[in-house]
Amino acid sequence: MIERVLTGTRVRNRRLDLGLRQSHVAKEIGISGSYLNLIEHNRRRIGATLLGDLARVLEIDAGLLEDGTAASVLGPVSEAAASFPDISVEDARAEELVSRFPGWAALVAAQRARIIQLEARTEALSNRLAHDTQIATSLHEVISTATAIRSTASILVETPDLDADWRGRFHTNIDTDSARLAASSQALLGFLDMEMEGGAAQDASPLEQAEAVMAQTDFYLPQSETNEAAAFEAVQDSATHAILADWAKTSARDAAALPLTEFMQAARAVAFDPARLAARFQVPLDVILRRLIHLPDDADVPLMGLAVCDSAGVVTFQKPVLDFRLPRAGAACPLWPLYQSLSQPGRVLRRVLRLPGVARTPFECFAIALPAGDVAYGVEPRMIATMLVRLARNYDQLDVVGPGCRVCPVEACSARRHPSLL
Amino acid sequence: MGQRVLLIEDEPNIIEAISYILSKDGWTVHTHSDGETAMDKVLQGVPDLVILDVMLPGRSGYDILRDLRSDSATADVPVMMLTARGQAKDRDMAIRLGATHFMTKPFSNADFLESVRALATP
Repeated sequence: MIERVLTGTRVRNRRLDLGLRQSHVAKEIGISGSYLNLIEHNRRRIGATLLGDLARVLEIDAGLLEDGTAASVLGPVSEAAASFPDISVEDARAEELVSRFPGWAALVAAQRARIIQLEARTEALSNRLAHDTQIATSLHEVISTATAIRSTASILVETPDLDADWRGRFHTNIDTDSARLAASSQALLGFLDMEMEGGAAQDASPLEQAEAVMAQTDFYLPQSETNEAAAFEAVQDSATHAILADWAKTSARDAAALPLTEFMQAARAVAFDPARLAARFQVPLDVILRRLIHLPDDADVPLMGLAVCDSAGVVTFQKPVLDFRLPRAGAACPLWPLYQSLSQPGRVLRRVLRLPGVARTPFECFAIALPAGDVAYGVEPRMIATMLVRLARNYDQLDVVGPGCRVCPVEACSARRHPSLL
Repeated sequence: MGQRVLLIEDEPNIIEAISYILSKDGWTVHTHSDGETAMDKVLQGVPDLVILDVMLPGRSGYDILRDLRSDSATADVPVMMLTARGQAKDRDMAIRLGATHFMTKPFSNADFLESVRALATP
């Protein structure tokens, strides 16, 4: 009963800190000195009314004397101490800190909570900066031109006897690249401004937080192989936890249908071809697509990404790969096979695409939309589209599809919703 | 030194700057800008060093690196990866796929040249 002990002790500590005599306090609240002595030595429970009277006389918020508050503050204070192992703190006196200096302890606890919140947000923003196709493409353009300018300028400065022809070429290159840099920097700033106004200033959504957690595991949950769902005990946000639990359940179900050893053997034999694997294992194609991105890290497993969306086009799961990542919040280009499959349920779409701009990696996309959930009379099917993305090796046709209109330079596009920032 | 280096990069002005720096340092510089045909170019005359950009038209530099390491003719050729991505996981991926060295853009000419010289076959 740590909390009960704490309450009485904290009353006593507070009284001593204020330099008040026990008899004085007892008189103020209308009890005997001996009864207050029992309370302070945790030998009597304190009712709500009496606790309120004590708090008034001791000039402290009653909540800070309560058992639950003490427990809720003690945990974060201990966590705060543990998170800085290099700093020697008096662990054994944490309870005393909470009881004697409840205000300071509450401050430490609040700062601890704030640090956790800011760390999560920083991680989400960092993850977005690393994986958002729009930002990555603009940033790549800026860095490439900056690299060319830096190297060229250094040559000009460090080579005083540079041939006049070379000097002229390098001057022209710097002029061209500086104009490119100005344009690409403006585009990037414009995009970031929109992000800040539109939502990046807000905390990451539960879906983004869940993706960040999955990214830490490289999207592989070893527990799934033994039909166990991963627990994600460190995830505190309930919505994020629910999303992760759902993904883990699906992953375990897919792994049960496609045991790892057998699946890997078959996948290698057919060069990880999804359609042939679906025929081999007699399972729907979306199961194969999901299973392919939940494999252990192995040198001969191709880099693969996945996107899943519902019939409203909301991306409910995404594993980015290289420069492929669909934008958040339904701003993606409808030409991606993921969205096109929604109007052709049950049909497998395969297309080779590349993003416009500097990132011209060809992606082979396999997509299918299938009904999910139970089938019943009078119930509209819930369609789920799934798309696997991997580097294309052989292809006859390569189409260009942008991530979304904002940063897509393709002008003559029937799907364009609004002008590009670029 | 007279050793041959193949620069696989698609930014024309970076190609020109690097070519100048390396040529001045005594390297015989060959360049190629397309990821899809990069492996063919390498196999036409295996160089002493490959400098490989990650983001290339046609194919990713990581994909080309994987092919270089799986071909016995090029498995031991030193490869320096150039990338605008500087995060630890990008570096890890390059090293895991067999890169000999990893350099983040933008870089100083002195650092770049020092790294190239260090990769030169004695």
